[in-house]
Amino acid sequence: MSWFSQEVIDVLVQIGKSIVILLAVVVSGALLSWVERRMLALWQDRYGPNRVGPFGAFQLGADMLKMFFKEDWTPPFADRMIFTLAPVIAMSALLIAFAVIPITPTWGVADLNIGLLFFFAMAGLTVYAVLFAGWSSNNKFALLGSLRASAQTLSYEVFMGLSLMGVVAQAGSFNLRDIVHYQMENLWFIIPQILGFLTFFIAGVAVTHRHPFDQPEAEQELADGYHIEYAGMKWGMFFVGEYIGIVLVSALLVTLFFGGWQGPFGLLPQIPFIWFALKTAFFIMIFILLRASLPRPRYDQMMAFGWKVCLPLTLANLLVTGALVLAAR
Amino acid sequence: MTADQALYVPSYTADDQDVVSELNARFGAQAFVTQATRTGMPVLWVSRDQLLDVLRHLRDLPRPYVMLYDLHGVDERLRTQRRDLPGADFSVFYHLISIERNSDVMIKVALNEGDLNLPSATGIWPNANWYEREVWDMYGIHFSGHPHLARMLMPSTWEGHPLRKDYPARATEFDPYSLSVAKQELEQEALRFDPAQWGMKRQREHEDFMFLNLGPNHPSAHGAFRIILQLDGEEIVDCVPEIGYHHRGAEKMAERQSWHSFIPYTDRIDYLGGVMNNLPYVLAVEKLAGIKVPLRVDFIRVMLAEFFRILNHLLYLGTYIQDVGAMTPVFFTFTDRQRAYTVIEAITGFRLHPAWYRIGGVAHDLPRGWDKLVRDFIDWMPKRLDEYEKAALQNSILRGRTRGVASYNTKEALEWGITGAGLRATGLDFDLRKARPYSGYENFEFEIPLAYNGDAYDRCMVKMGEMRQSLRIIRQCLDGMPEGPYKADHPLTTPPPKERTLQHIETLITHFLQVSWGPVMPANESFQMIEATKGINSYYLTSDGSTMSYRTRIRTPSFAHLQQIPSVIRGSMVPDLIAYLGSIDFVMADVDR
Repeated sequence: MSWFSQEVIDVLVQIGKSIVILLAVVVSGALLSWVERRMLALWQDRYGPNRVGPFGAFQLGADMLKMFFKEDWTPPFADRMIFTLAPVIAMSALLIAFAVIPITPTWGVADLNIGLLFFFAMAGLTVYAVLFAGWSSNNKFALLGSLRASAQTLSYEVFMGLSLMGVVAQAGSFNLRDIVHYQMENLWFIIPQILGFLTFFIAGVAVTHRHPFDQPEAEQELADGYHIEYAGMKWGMFFVGEYIGIVLVSALLVTLFFGGWQGPFGLLPQIPFIWFALKTAFFIMIFILLRASLPRPRYDQMMAFGWKVCLPLTLANLLVTGALVLAAR
Repeated sequence: MTADQALYVPSYTADDQDVVSELNARFGAQAFVTQATRTGMPVLWVSRDQLLDVLRHLRDLPRPYVMLYDLHGVDERLRTQRRDLPGADFSVFYHLISIERNSDVMIKVALNEGDLNLPSATGIWPNANWYEREVWDMYGIHFSGHPHLARMLMPSTWEGHPLRKDYPARATEFDPYSLSVAKQELEQEALRFDPAQWGMKRQREHEDFMFLNLGPNHPSAHGAFRIILQLDGEEIVDCVPEIGYHHRGAEKMAERQSWHSFIPYTDRIDYLGGVMNNLPYVLAVEKLAGIKVPLRVDFIRVMLAEFFRILNHLLYLGTYIQDVGAMTPVFFTFTDRQRAYTVIEAITGFRLHPAWYRIGGVAHDLPRGWDKLVRDFIDWMPKRLDEYEKAALQNSILRGRTRGVASYNTKEALEWGITGAGLRATGLDFDLRKARPYSGYENFEFEIPLAYNGDAYDRCMVKMGEMRQSLRIIRQCLDGMPEGPYKADHPLTTPPPKERTLQHIETLITHFLQVSWGPVMPANESFQMIEATKGINSYYLTSDGSTMSYRTRIRTPSFAHLQQIPSVIRGSMVPDLIAYLGSIDFVMADVDR
């Protein structure tokens, strides 16, 4: 048993933790479909899914059964390889990005020094899912959807990166764990970086293609846009991918602006995970509430908003933060 | 109508003889044959050679006939009672409206079977286009000079002209239907869009256009409606609306249903309008029969019609906001609709299609306790409307999506035959309930909501205002409901009066015949237009002295509204089209009939 050293144990524990986190994220992403439907129903004067299990909580199981047994249909006119690849990217890109999130002081998959950049890279990859899906489907609605998606992602990625540079400048690190530690010692970034928070939040909604930035799928206009030709599990992967995106962006908002696993005013440091989960759930609810309450702006209005409002705001924020950081030195 | 200035709408003149003398002065009295009808307007037959001159003259008169309200045909071949009318196998009628006179005129032209040709009126009123296509489709009458005389409602592969009297009305009169693979492929191929047919180019100098087939199954098409878009990126260069997927041949059915048994069919014309559809039909039949209904009937009819106006507008509001992308309000408006349906159901026994009006009255008296139900509803609604306005319609994203989108002015609206909220959103105060009161609307106090930009947002705001006014009318019905019978005392009412049947054998026989065959309406023509949920809806009935209608022309507002789409939406983007479609308020059953 000599190979069973402390190091190996550490590695195994780390692998175990990673698997637990992976499963937790996927399951909570999938469960969100039920949560969202129940919450929307609550706000819309109706019941929502309430038949399967207590409060309909096992709806997820029923949905998954349905999805698994549906015909895995690929249209004969589609570009088969790219068509299959698209949902895989949709689900995995943001899932991988979750690796850099520090959940508690001891839990987290990867402690990367370039954590934030890694997230940007993965978020940038998601556009390929939409682009591939739209192109390979060989459908005009899908094509229009993916055109919108690429233009949208391109414009919103620009200021999404810039919106977080204020945080990075103040914390002096791209490492998310360092950023949380900085907030433990100083203020949560929501106060000094309020502009960064607002713009990152908007960009986050846009990156996940959530309402009101869901022009790429815009049911009323494009009849589901880029994934119009998808069915069964492939469609399910887009679906779960979207919810994973919500979980990820919510977790990032918590990590970057709301002190990660800490309680407010250092309350109850014994329950870091609970704090983290609570705060993340809060932002997830905001995502759902947004969908329930807002109309959808027109695609060109949304682009104009990105370039003419958000980008200047993030630049101003970065300049002021930079100046203050230099002055404080 | 000279420019875009606000028009003064005088009070209604029925059978306006001014225009007859003006026409006689210009063309000479021998040019016209006057037909006496109960349509409430002068009906003049002209020869085919003079048709376009007469129409153009009417269009250019001082206080002109700006709107081609309706244009359709009649197969005259089996008509027996044609006293003093020019000989004709087919006839085509042009129903024109002058807003500044607030009166109508109908021009008819006779055609012989061997020579079914007419000059096209598309050069005078652009909206003659679809009407002429429909006449060609239904009767095989050819219009020379028409830009694209193709079938309108029937598929392009169809054989025959369905509204001709020699065309069978029932499926049992045909061979059994079969669909072979070859036939299916042929039909599908016929649906393929060919831009060249419509004079559209496939590319410009530097770019190719994309042709996007929106519908007939699309979440925002509000039914089986197809519109083919010529796109440059997301910009709509041109488009072709295609209708007919919801065509059921209601006008043909009317020719083989008794006057009474056609009432349920009218419910299904604008399926959101419920008894609102019965109203123009029974009013027109009552004109034929010469029935005057008691005041209580007017009040009951108005109250239920206004209920259905609210029901329709609530669905409109919900789907309109949903088309602009907000998903929640539609659930709330549907909750309100359920409350309204509770009242409707208690009174009529049905919800969507009550078919509750009868010739000469309504089916039953109001049930006990109706007033409490109605009061509950009108107390509930106003605060909900305020909430919709505050939460959804004042939202800046919604405004950004709909203000200035798909706007047109009064002049364009009249040219295209636009009526209802779409017309009043351009600032023209023309609501039939005020301009030409019918069914006792003159007894009520209410206002006509107006708006002035004629865009998608204004159309919705007008409808919001109309709901508030409808509540006001319903409250007056509630407070002032007169006592009295719920049906007129007249032998031609349906069901026929039964009181004396068991005392007198002749009355019993007549009653038996009237129930089994239906009442016989005197040979004549009558017409009634009403301000329906979506615009002006009218029934133009021709009786040949039989138990069934000889010809029933149903003019629906949505047909005209869809025809206008290309002229409004060129140069806009796809999301604008969706907002526009949402703001029109149409259902395909109302378009295709």
